Amino acid sequence: MNLIDVKNLSKRFPMGKGEFTALKDINLTIGKGEFVGLIGPSGSGKTTLLNILGSLDVPSDGEAIVLGNSIGALSAKQSAMLRKESLGFIFQSYNLLQVHTVYENVEFPLLLLKLPAAERKKMVMDALAWVGLTDKAKSKPPQLSGGECQRVAIARAMVKRPSLVLADEPTANLDAANSHNILKTMEALNRDLNTTFVFATHDEKVIGYLRRKIFLLDGSIDKDEVVEHSKIAAS
Amino acid sequence: MIKFLVKGLLRDKSRSQMPIIVVAIGVMLTVFIHAYINGFMGDTIELNARFSHGHLKVMTKGYADNMSQTPNDLALLDSDSLLSSLQREYPTVAWVPRIQFGGLVDAPDSTGETRAQGPAMGMGIDFLSSASTEVERLNIPKSLVRGRLIQNAGEALISNLFAEKLGVVPGDVVTLIGSTMNGSMSMYNFTIVGTIAFGAEALDRGALIVDIEDARYALDMQNAAGEVLGFLEGGFYSDEDAIAIAQQFNALHADSSSEYAPVMKSLSQQGNMGSYVSLLNTWTGIISSIFVLAMALVLWNAGLLGSLRRYGEFGVRLAMGEEKGHVYRTLIYESVVIGVIGAAIGTAIGLFFALLLQVYGIDISGMMEGAAMMMPTVIKARITPVDYYLGLIPGLVSTVVGSMLAGVGIYRRQTAKLFKELEA
Ligand SMILES: Nc1ncnc2c1ncn2[C@@H]1O[C@H](COP(=O)(O)OP(=O)(O)O)[C@@H](O)[C@H]1O
Ligand SMILES: [Mg+2]
Repeated sequence: MNLIDVKNLSKRFPMGKGEFTALKDINLTIGKGEFVGLIGPSGSGKTTLLNILGSLDVPSDGEAIVLGNSIGALSAKQSAMLRKESLGFIFQSYNLLQVHTVYENVEFPLLLLKLPAAERKKMVMDALAWVGLTDKAKSKPPQLSGGECQRVAIARAMVKRPSLVLADEPTANLDAANSHNILKTMEALNRDLNTTFVFATHDEKVIGYLRRKIFLLDGSIDKDEVVEHSKIAAS
Repeated sequence: MIKFLVKGLLRDKSRSQMPIIVVAIGVMLTVFIHAYINGFMGDTIELNARFSHGHLKVMTKGYADNMSQTPNDLALLDSDSLLSSLQREYPTVAWVPRIQFGGLVDAPDSTGETRAQGPAMGMGIDFLSSASTEVERLNIPKSLVRGRLIQNAGEALISNLFAEKLGVVPGDVVTLIGSTMNGSMSMYNFTIVGTIAFGAEALDRGALIVDIEDARYALDMQNAAGEVLGFLEGGFYSDEDAIAIAQQFNALHADSSSEYAPVMKSLSQQGNMGSYVSLLNTWTGIISSIFVLAMALVLWNAGLLGSLRRYGEFGVRLAMGEEKGHVYRTLIYESVVIGVIGAAIGTAIGLFFALLLQVYGIDISGMMEGAAMMMPTVIKARITPVDYYLGLIPGLVSTVVGSMLAGVGIYRRQTAKLFKELEA
């Protein structure tokens, strides 16, 4: 079974008196364990598609089936449940809770899952170890560098070991060294935990790590190519 | 989860400390201003009630028609039986007979010749009977400047200013020159035993206080009383209660056309006190509501802004899979906590300042010179039960309503849009 099944999906936004079509007739499947990117210039619809896959928004036409759930048909409760149990988000601007410690930020998704304290502690420490921030557990986001913040965000997205992580321009605010650092971290998590990653990006550094590239142009899929293993090894 | 929210609330000063301070200040001002207006206005009424109008006053019809002249020739004749019937009919009201009289006080020198003279505002009150409540009602012990209280017949208290003007001291004998009930001239000697200052300019100009029995002798008013004053239970004037009692009493005596038939008037039905009472009620109402409203708007806005600022955080929490209803409810709970703490602190501080003003007062006697109406020369606040919860309206209600309105955005917007605001 595919992790994601998108069929004839369109998304229109009301604009002035008319409508603006952000996505046109998208057809797409993504399987478990993929490391795939939606690539395209600004305004091509990457974020819109990612938001729909993350049940933060709904299709206007067609269907997006994520982990067996048809996004447009979910109630608010059901879509919250899907996000809570199976999805992780990583944003361009990190979106950490500023007054909470690194530990608390990472723990938050586990609080929503109502896991017992001991289990939460173990999972948070594991996640911090993955991103190499064990010693920053007590720090707060304002005391961290951009790269460290994004690693906290990765830990937060990964801590509950979701099936699918959606990352929208995760490197846009980072320098090259930090970009490669977090991409390597995500690549390792993808390999070790078999977590599916879907990126939205136009950053060449990110594109270099992808094993599948879906090119969007003006809301349509322009190209969908799988990168051969030899090529990745070379980069 | 609760721990997580509490931590957030405590650590984010703009989410806890700031709004609590804003709420507390608003509530404090509201409570204080309310107690202050109530105190000043209420004191003025109380002062007039105690010294001249009563909460209720029974007089003859003729006396009532010319009340400003205190025409004692139209006094209530069988005042004792009237008094006991009033006490029987309205046992919750304290009824006391009074005689108000004008006259000339003459201070003689050692040879008996006039040394100084001055017009007196005389008041005969029940000073000596064992059940007397008047001494306390008029706050005489505390108003005493020199000498002592009246202990025997033939003794009088005189306002301190008046005493200075006449050059008399406790122990001196003065002569009251007045007119009897029947219109003939009367002269009566009193021994001044003390001087008093009430703190109300209109009284302190020329008050002469004597026992009512002495006044009756002096003015030839055996068993008569110019007026019988009634004071409501609880010590504060209630216009509704007073008018209801007066109406009931007057209905019983409606058919008598005699000048000597008794009528009862509430404080608001006497002279221009009515307009003062309604002015007072209107202004207490207007000022308090403007204040409550203004503070409510300020705090509502604070609640609204505080919540709008947090759309980003809400977006993150929703993305993590928290339900909208839960995010919304926690926002409301937070504002309830902020509102309650702020209102409690504000009420406490407001009451504290009101209490200071209630106990110590601000002396404004300089501004009151020559005032015709009896106004207190010391501004005091009065804390009423309302003050304990008045602050909740702006403090709690507006903060919560502000948050509720702001929180509606959580429902209205697509979650994705909350992010747009966050990314911006
Ligand atoms: N909520 C919205 N309302 C109206 N137009 C929108 C909205 N969200 C996105 N768009 C439009 O849809 C197009 C695609 O946007 P987006 O998915 O954010 O592009 P990308 O992430 O590829 O830069 C853009 O032209 C954008 O202006
Ligand atoms: Mg985008």
